[in-house]
Amino acid sequence: QKTRRVLGTDIRDLFKSAGRLVDDEFLDELFARLIRTDMGTKPANLIRDEVAKKYRGRVVELEEVIQTITEEIRSQLRQDDGDLAKAKSGPTVILVVGVNGSGKTTSIGKLSHYLRAARYSLVLGAGDTFRAAAVEQLTIWSERIGCEIVKGNKGVDPASIAYQTVEKALEIKADYAIIDTAGRLQTQKNLMQELQKIRRVIEKKIPGAPHEVLLVLDATAGQNAISQAKGFSEAAGCTGIVLAKLDGSAKGGVVLPIRDQFQLPVKFVGLGEGMQDMAAFDPDSFADALLKG
Amino acid sequence: MFDSLSDGLQSAFKSLSGKGKLTESNMRDGLKIVEESLLESDVSYSVVQEFMGHVTEKALGKRVLLSLRPQEELVKIVHEELIETLGPVDPSLHLNADRPTILMLCGLQGSGKTTTCGKLTQMLREQDIEPLLVAADLQRPAAIEQLKVIGEQLGVPVYTETDHQDPVKVCKNGVDQAKRNGNRVVILDTAGRLAIDEELMDQLKKIDRKVGPDQVYLVVDGMTGQDAVNSAGAFNKALELDGVIMTKLDGDARGGALMSVKQVTGVPIKFIGTGEHFDALEPFRPEGMASRILQMGDMVAAAREA
Ligand SMILES: Nc1nc2c(ncn2[C@@H]2O[C@H](COP(=O)(O)OP(=O)(O)OP(=O)(O)O)[C@@H](O)[C@H]2O)c(=O)[nH]1
Ligand SMILES: Nc1nc2c(ncn2[C@@H]2O[C@H](COP(=O)(O)OP(=O)(O)OP(=O)(O)O)[C@@H](O)[C@H]2O)c(=O)[nH]1
Ligand SMILES: [Mg+2]
Ligand SMILES: [Mg+2]
Repeated sequence: QKTRRVLGTDIRDLFKSAGRLVDDEFLDELFARLIRTDMGTKPANLIRDEVAKKYRGRVVELEEVIQTITEEIRSQLRQDDGDLAKAKSGPTVILVVGVNGSGKTTSIGKLSHYLRAARYSLVLGAGDTFRAAAVEQLTIWSERIGCEIVKGNKGVDPASIAYQTVEKALEIKADYAIIDTAGRLQTQKNLMQELQKIRRVIEKKIPGAPHEVLLVLDATAGQNAISQAKGFSEAAGCTGIVLAKLDGSAKGGVVLPIRDQFQLPVKFVGLGEGMQDMAAFDPDSFADALLKG
Repeated sequence: MFDSLSDGLQSAFKSLSGKGKLTESNMRDGLKIVEESLLESDVSYSVVQEFMGHVTEKALGKRVLLSLRPQEELVKIVHEELIETLGPVDPSLHLNADRPTILMLCGLQGSGKTTTCGKLTQMLREQDIEPLLVAADLQRPAAIEQLKVIGEQLGVPVYTETDHQDPVKVCKNGVDQAKRNGNRVVILDTAGRLAIDEELMDQLKKIDRKVGPDQVYLVVDGMTGQDAVNSAGAFNKALELDGVIMTKLDGDARGGALMSVKQVTGVPIKFIGTGEHFDALEPFRPEGMASRILQMGDMVAAAREA
């Protein structure tokens, strides 16, 4: 019951205005709040230990401790590689990968909208040739945005779609080519190899491409996202994360250990299903939101 | 920390020789490790706390079987408690004898609802039942098309209305159509939504009220983290769920969110999804899931054999 109550309250409530003694009970409540963000037990234990070391046995002020924790998280997330890549010349190729249903296709729609608004020309590649109506879904997005799309019949080799997309981008001198892929689990060896093949095909056409391989993570995902980051990075060489569905009640704290272990920066966050529901990742506001009820 | 729960427990108990009783002090480290393992498998914090309370109560004073080491005894208790929490099983769709049975699938965006409509259809087809699929997701781009393709692949009719903006009406009309056509089962594919989206949750409630589905299933992504208690709680509060289907368990997700969902809804877990193809739907088995959540298959097997 006690933990239930704690889970439903703001972290600030743990620290009464008069201050509160930092003891085991206090630290457990703090730990509960940290776990709730999906950061996992390891980072949560680290933060808990840090607070214990600094404050145990003391009566502390609310703002002081919040400041410490938020600063800790901010520093873990601080990044200077958060901008979207841009090729020095020719089209910038972005490959979008991730597990089933994480938000890849929708994120492509939003990213395209964002690029179009910045007056870039672009071409989309409907590389999910597997899932029912995946091509139709991306086609609708291309129509909303008003951009070119390269597509093939269901079941064709996605690598050939990727090839044609890059070819088209070169031909029409597009600024960006964004290639969608079918959802797959990182444990599926053959499908992960397919991503490597797609990469190779793109690279052949434009040396140095893809310039960006975005891994789309679902913000509601728990610790499995770490395995996703590992598997997709190994197979496809991810360069950044799109954290989709951050508009729900999930916190997406698993990007903390991912950042720590794979140096993968979060580049964008998804905040809804509409065209404009995407924002550049901001570590400070993310860290602040993480510890709010 | 440790590669596996068993390694961790082994070392936690190394000071304790073969036999004896489980006591609060000799279990402390072991329980801590079990707790962390559950959190790492994405069981929600509050659910873990409650669960650990039960386990401690059960374990206290328990004599360790001669053939078991203490850590094995504890694992056995944990495993059995998990099975109990996840059960009982009920894979029946509870089809009506005299009128069409309406199944409604709901859940967060991308959890696997539409694909699961196809999988349930395949299951029914194997029993010579032809369901009618109703495309009530008017939100996601090409959602109707997706269900149509699935219907074609499985050779079952799909009810669609492209000009309607109201999913409640689409569901009602779909059910009427099933009655006219004599389909024994109707499956409503609803749009994904956030549990905190009041407007869309109200819309689901309205479908529930006006169409009266016989069985309402929550489709949950097997990779879900701590938020599972909140979202499942909200769906259950809005709809009084009849069952849960957890998808995407063909990967390496430990699926601890299922514990959270079960705890907060209390409804049976019906099926698990283990792939993208229509045959990748299995009746739920608590034993396998418990081992998966604890990720300690070998150890459980050893402890159970003893
Ligand atoms: N609330 C919310 N929903 C989102 C967001 N991004 C995507 N979605 C929804 O999540 C569902 C899945 O999104 P998709 O873009 O189809 O996901 P995907 O990764 O392409 O899926 P597959 O291709 O099947 O693997 C859809 O209903 C989207 O509308 C987001 O940021 N917030
Ligand atoms: N690996 C795996 N993929 C699955 C499973 N169930 C569904 N999927 C995939 O997950 C993705 C999303 O599935 P959908 O059925 O479109 O999900 P949905 O809940 O209808 O999505 P929205 O309607 O956008 O909310 C698709 O790529 C499916 O193929 C499963 O059990 N295992
Ligand atoms: Mg997609
Ligand atoms: Mg759907």
